[in-house]
Formats: sequence, structure tokens, C-alpha cells
Amino acid sequence: MYRIVDIREISPKVQRMVVEAPLIARKHRPGQFVIVINTEKGERIPLTVADKDVDKGHIVLIFQEVGKSTTEMACRKAGEELFDVVGPLGKPTHIEKVGTVVCIGGGVGTAPMHPITRAMKEAGNEVITILGARNKDLFTMEEEMTAASTEIRFTTDDGSRGRHGFVTDELQSIIDSGKKIDLVIAIGPAIMMKVVCNLTKKYNLPTVVSLNSIMVDGTGMCGACRVSIGGETKFVCVDGPEFDGHLVDFDQLMKRQQMYRTEEGIAMEKYKEEHPGGCCGGHHD
Amino acid sequence: MTEKKWIPQPKTPRTPIPEQAPEVRARNFDEVALGYTPAMAVEEAYRCLQCKNPLCVAGCPVGINIPKFIRAIGEKRFEDAYMALKEDNALPAVCGRVCPQEDQCEAVCIMGKKFKPVAIGRLERFAADTFIQSRHEEVFQMEPSTGKKVAVVGAGPSGLTCAGELAKKGHDVTIFEALHKAGGVLVYGIPEFRLPKKIVELEVENLRKMGVKIHTSYVIGKLFTVDELMEEEGFDAVYIATGAGLPYFMKIPGENLNGVYSANEFLTRSNLMRAFDFPEADTPIHVGKRAAVVGGGNVAMDSARTALRLGCEEVYIVYRRSEAELPARIEEVHHAKEEGINFQLLTNPISIKGDDKGWVKALECIRMELGEPDASGRRRPIPIEGSEFEFPVDIVVMAIGQGPNPLVQETTKGMDTNRWGNIKANDDGYTTKKGVFAGGDIVTGAATVILAMGAGKKAAAAMDNYLKTGEWPSID
Ligand SMILES: Cc1cc2nc3c(=O)[nH]c(=O)nc-3n(C[C@H](O)[C@H](O)[C@H](O)COP(=O)(O)OP(=O)(O)OC[C@H]3O[C@@H](n4cnc5c(N)ncnc54)[C@H](O)[C@@H]3O)c2cc1C
Ligand SMILES: Cc1cc2nc3c(=O)[nH]c(=O)nc-3n(C[C@H](O)[C@H](O)[C@H](O)COP(=O)(O)OP(=O)(O)OC[C@H]3O[C@@H](n4cnc5c(N)ncnc54)[C@H](O)[C@@H]3O)c2cc1C
Ligand code: SF4
Ligand code: FES
Repeated sequence: MYRIVDIREISPKVQRMVVEAPLIARKHRPGQFVIVINTEKGERIPLTVADKDVDKGHIVLIFQEVGKSTTEMACRKAGEELFDVVGPLGKPTHIEKVGTVVCIGGGVGTAPMHPITRAMKEAGNEVITILGARNKDLFTMEEEMTAASTEIRFTTDDGSRGRHGFVTDELQSIIDSGKKIDLVIAIGPAIMMKVVCNLTKKYNLPTVVSLNSIMVDGTGMCGACRVSIGGETKFVCVDGPEFDGHLVDFDQLMKRQQMYRTEEGIAMEKYKEEHPGGCCGGHHD
Repeated sequence: MTEKKWIPQPKTPRTPIPEQAPEVRARNFDEVALGYTPAMAVEEAYRCLQCKNPLCVAGCPVGINIPKFIRAIGEKRFEDAYMALKEDNALPAVCGRVCPQEDQCEAVCIMGKKFKPVAIGRLERFAADTFIQSRHEEVFQMEPSTGKKVAVVGAGPSGLTCAGELAKKGHDVTIFEALHKAGGVLVYGIPEFRLPKKIVELEVENLRKMGVKIHTSYVIGKLFTVDELMEEEGFDAVYIATGAGLPYFMKIPGENLNGVYSANEFLTRSNLMRAFDFPEADTPIHVGKRAAVVGGGNVAMDSARTALRLGCEEVYIVYRRSEAELPARIEEVHHAKEEGINFQLLTNPISIKGDDKGWVKALECIRMELGEPDASGRRRPIPIEGSEFEFPVDIVVMAIGQGPNPLVQETTKGMDTNRWGNIKANDDGYTTKKGVFAGGDIVTGAATVILAMGAGKKAAAAMDNYLKTGEWPSID
């Protein structure tokens, strides 16, 4: 049912997978995600829809190989089928013309950022995109993001491309230039979103973040994804994934993301033992 | 044919049901009760007096003709017994296992006045299992196609029952289920050791054989709204049976610590996602050595006994009222105790203590005493001042209740809800929106399998009428 149309590695350990899912493609709005089950014994893996082709009935998922499930999924081949895909889930991004929007994507956070950036630009906003990565080889969706933005800037931790520093340094320099910013949207690792929010709070810049808490069902049934927002417990899968960044308890989020570290280690070790040398030997181009 | 004479044996003691020994079963997920043999079932059946005015039938929420099916068992017409059950109950193999018989049919069985009530639930289970094991193909009486398209939202007992009834009446039925497996609480909530998943799968398979289409991983309110189902997808009527799937938390400090679960999450990981088989199955679950489960209903008992089977050494039930008020089925409480679950009654959590890494360390509680009866007629628990204490635990499972998931209600125009967010519907399932019916836990709040099923059956009859006449009553 959910055929993999194409899968390729677009930067080290980052896969771009095109999946046939016509209904989801039709109904999806920027900001929403799907949950993929790779195999029958697989877990439910939340992934943002990074792009889509409604006419062809395709959705594009971009995922990083971080543990057992994503590593195993990276070994799937075009023509095979995913066990299941459910979505679209979560609330769509509120798209509105506000003026100047700074879109910040860190790591694979660029993938979920893409449809939002495009929609913000289409709504008539000036969109300044900042993409951050550890080094120049780790940027993804660069072409798509350039097309979706009015202006695009890069930062790397090692200075191999763009500004040598973090996305917050680039944001600081935009603020310092006196440019009026109406909205900041940040998607990436929790720690990145936290430091962005610390900065924007100082300048009172409205900031939206998209949270990636651990999920099971994705429909509000289990509460695994809960996180404290302004002192109130919210379920990220149905109340979010986007929230006012200034209200998010990032420390709690980060701790909750670590809940299964031990088990994740066990699963990965077992997988490596069973697949010495990796499963696909880099068959994706 | 002249009826055989029925000579009841009321003096025979109630036949016990064979079970796995507590110390064995507490470490496996196989079913606890093993079921009657035919000889046991026949012996138990003959305890029934075949009352002229059977009280048991009045005690059954769906009015099963209990003396009829029991008599059939006594006379070894086991298939007839099953058919008699099926007249009123679409899921006898399920209900025989999970109904709170002690509050329903068996509570009022006349035998209970002098002796012990007839073991109606166990006999129901026997009849259903015997039929299933005989591998008889179930024959469905299907009416000719009506050309009407009906959608059922939610594949729990209520939705499944409604779908089956509608299909029999010749309608073209599609079930939309949010999860990747059909069955609702029967597959994600109630554990294997109480209700083997095979049984639910078989019922779902039967529906497919009747021509019901089952679309799993379709979240209504997201992929399609109810309005879209009717306006764009061509459905003539919709039955909403989305259950009570929203977990409640206590709103006490520490509830977002690592190691605090809702019962829904804990049970879903173990049952639906097969975390008991980790790392063979990918979904992890964390139990540690000591678990506290907060609550006293079936959900709490299931969570506690699951924790034990997942390898926990000490498991506590923390419940704010006394033993008499425990809402769980008596049999489940009895089983939990046999397995060594530690009951902390008249005890209420006030906070969860964590370590600096964000993990649960201890549960702080306060002792309670019972005061005057409250609105529910049960005596109100009151904290005893100064009785606070804490004990170390690795996980805490909150099993204090579930409410309605708002997804469908929020996205359906013109369908009223009550102040708890449950859909407003009358006894036949009519809502305030023409063409839309609702029943089961989403209407009543968390209740029972048999009530959810009964609501599905009633709604199917009302929907059939609506599809034929177009009439819509005012429900206020
Ligand atoms: C709404 C949402 C959208 C996401 N979108 C993307 C995306 O577009 N691209 C992408 O690469 N990643 C995305 N993620 C994260 C992705 O789901 C996880 O990386 C993936 O589940 C890891 O599985 P694993 O077995 O490979 O790794 P594991 O070894 O199991 O875990 C690695 C880390 O991933 C996180 N994780 C583990 N299980 C889950 C789970 N069930 N749900 C969420 N996070 C989990 C944990 O924080 C963990 O520390 C998204 C997460 C959410 C909640
Ligand atoms: C752990 C546990 C133990 C229990 N033990 C007992 C017992 O021993 N005896 C007893 O009689 N009762 C018991 N109950 C209660 C009983 O299971 C419920 O009353 C009954 O299942 C309700 O049936 P339902 O069909 O209304 O809803 P559910 O069984 O809750 O099914 C609802 C279905 O709808 C789906 N759904 C929800 N939202 C959507 C959506 N937007 N789109 C599509 N699908 C959706 C859900 O995924 C689910 O599959 C127990 C409940 C739990 C949780
Ligand atoms: S009330 Fe008891 S004895 Fe009488 S018919 Fe029902 S089960 Fe038999
Ligand atoms: S993932 Fe289960 S409630 Fe959000």
C-alpha cells in the first residue's frame, strides 16, 4: 500500500525517501507529520512531511539514521512497501502574512522547515532562512530551501561554510542590523531551539518551535509525547507539534527524549550484531 | 419435538474454572483462566433452575436469553448455545471473559440467594470457545444490497458490532480505525493474559467475510472529517464509536518525570506494540524493579499485572478508597492478589519525586479515611492530616480514568457534546447532526464492553431505519 518510490542518501546518514501515499499527500498541510511503521515488528516512527507531489500522490520524508529503526529503514529499497503510514497528524502551521519571518533549521530540522518556509513565502512574507550544520557536508534540501526563501544564510560549527558559529550568531547579526523581524520559526534539536528562544525572548520576538518528543500513537491516546508548556501539560502530537517557544520547558523535553536511551542502545547493538558491516553496503547512490 | 425434561441440580457446588497457578502465570502472558471442559460445563449448566421469570436476563445489559443458552449447554447442544448467545451478543467469546458478571446477570441470579449464582460468564465463554474451536464456518444471514454507504469511525467493540449488524442488513460498510489494528481497547488495552488477541482477530476476520471494509491507520478528523465523509466521500450515514481514549493525569508535581506512564501508554506499548517481546519487537518499555499503579479499576489491575509479567519485582496498587469500592471485576482483584500485587488501599498520591536526571525515584502518598457518601453514593475519601509517607519506585502508572478524545467532535459541524466533551446521543444513537450516530464510550464515558456493543447494535437498527425513511428525531 505504501510503496517506496525512491530512497537515497542526500548527506551522510540522512535519507530522502519518497513514498506513495496519495490521500496523505492530498490532505497534508505544512507543519504536519506522519507516523511510519517500517516492518511488522517495527515501532511507530514520527516523521515530518518534508515535501509532496499531490498529482503523483507522493510524500517526501527526510530522516536521519540515529538508532535502530531509522538505520533499518535506511536499508529499504525502492519498490518495497512500508508496513504502514498514518497521517497527516498534528496541527498545521498557522500561515499568515506578518512581514518578515526568520526560518531557522538545524540538522534534519531543515526537512520539516521546508513546507513551512515555502508557505510563508507564498503568503507574501519576506523569508530569511538560516540553516545550521556541523560542517558543510551536512546540509540537506539546500536547493529547495533556497527556492522557498527570499534570502538564505548558512552557519557551520567548523566554519567550513557560511558563518563560523551557531544559528543564533547569525540571528543575532540580523537583529543587530536593525532589521524588523515579525516572527521567528525554529526547528531542530531541542538544544538549538532552546538557545534560539533564549535569544528571541530578550528581544521579545514571537517564536514558534516544532517539538519532537517521543511518541507512540500520535493521536492523543497515550500521553507519551507530553511536555510542559507555560506550566500546563500538553500533548505534542495533537496540541502541537508547534508551540510558542517562549513557553516550552525545553529541559523537561530533553530529559524525556532520553527516556529509552538504555533500551535504544540494546536495540542498536543487537541490530549491528545481526547486520555486521551494515545491511545495504551503501547501495543508495 | 417434545422438550426433554430439565432436572436442575442446585445443590451441586459452583464449578471452579481451571487456571494457571499464580506463581507460574505471574511471569507469562498466556491466558490465566483455561476454560471449562465439556463435562464441567454440562455440570455447571445443570445448576440453572430455568426460571420462568429469569432475573439474570433482566440483569444483562443486552438481555441475552440466558436460560436458553444454558439449557442448550446442559443438553450438549453446544452450537445451539452459541447461536442463542449470538442473537443478542455479537462478541460472546469476549464478553464471557471480560464482563463484570458479578454486577450484572450473576448479581441477580436467583441461585445466589441461597447458594452461589450460576457461572453464567464461564458458560458463555465455554459456548463461544467450543464453537470457535470446532472451526465451524459461521453462516451469516445477509440481506440483499441496499446500495447505501455507511461509515463506522473506530474499530472497538461498539464500532465492530455496529458494522456487522449494518452489513447483515445489506448496507455497504467501511470502518475507519486510527490505529494500525482493529479491536479498540480489546487489542491495545486489555492484555493477552485476560483476552487472547486471536479471539478479537477472528471477529474482525468475520466482519471482512461479511464484506465490511476495514481501513486501519485512518484518523478521522485528520485525514477526513465526518463532514467530508458525508459530503465528499459519499457516505449516507456515519456511526462514531471512538471510545474513551484520552488519558487523565492527576495534575500532581512530578507527573512528567521519566518513568511516569498513563495506563494507555503502558498497556499500548506492551499489548499493541508488543514491547513484552523487546528487542525482538522494536518498541521499548521501561519497568524497573518497583512499580506503583494508581487507580482501582480494570485498567489499574491490567497495568499492575502487566508490570509483574514484564519482570517487575514489587508492584503496588495505590487506591484512594477501600477494597469494597474497587471498581475492577472481582475476579481481576482476586487474581491480582494471588499473583502478589501489593494493595495500598485508602491511599492517595500527592507527588512524584524525581532524581536530577529526571527519573522517578519515589511516590509520595497520604492515607485516607472514608467520610460521608458523595454524589456517586460511595463514601468520600478524606486525607488524614499528617499521614504523608513516601516509598521508592522506578515507575508510576496512572490508571485514574480516560475521557473522550476531542478530535472528531472538534471537526464535526453541528454535533453537540456535553460538558465533559462526550457526544450527545440518545439511546438509539441519534446525535444532533442529521445522518450522524454515536455510541459506546464516546457517548457514555468509560464504561464496559457489553454496553459499547449494545449501543452499536441499537444504533445499527436506528441507522437502518434512517437509511430507509430519512427520518431524524429531535433528541433533546
Ligand atoms: C513530530 C515529529 C517529527 C519528526 N520529524 C523527523 C524528521 O522529519 N526527520 C527525522 O530525521 N526525524 C524526525 N523526528 C525524530 C524521529 O522520529 C526519531 O529520530 C526516530 O523515531 C528515532 O528512531 P530510532 O529507532 O532510529 O532511534 P532510537 O535509537 O530509538 O532513538 C534516538 C532518539 O530518537 C528519539 N526517538 C526515539 N523513539 C522515538 C519515537 N517513537 N518518537 C519520537 N522520537 C523518538 C529519542 O529522542 C531518542 O533519543 C521527528 C519526531 C517527531 C516527534
Ligand atoms: C485496560 C482496560 C481494561 C478494561 N477492562 C474491561 C473489562 O474487563 N470489562 C469490560 O466490560 N470493560 C473493560 N474495559 C472498558 C471497555 O474496554 C470499553 O468500555 C470498551 O472497549 C468501549 O468500546 P468502544 O467501542 O466504545 O471504544 P474503544 O474500545 O475505545 O474503541 C474506540 C476505537 O476508536 C478508535 N478511534 C479513536 N479516535 C479515532 C479517530 N479520530 N479516527 C478513527 N478511529 C478512532 C480508537 O483507536 C479505538 O480503536 C477496559 C478498558 C481498558 C482501557
Ligand atoms: S436467574 Fe440463575 S437460575 Fe434463573 S435462569 Fe438465570 S441463570 Fe438460571
Ligand atoms: S503520542 Fe500518544 S498522545 Fe501523543
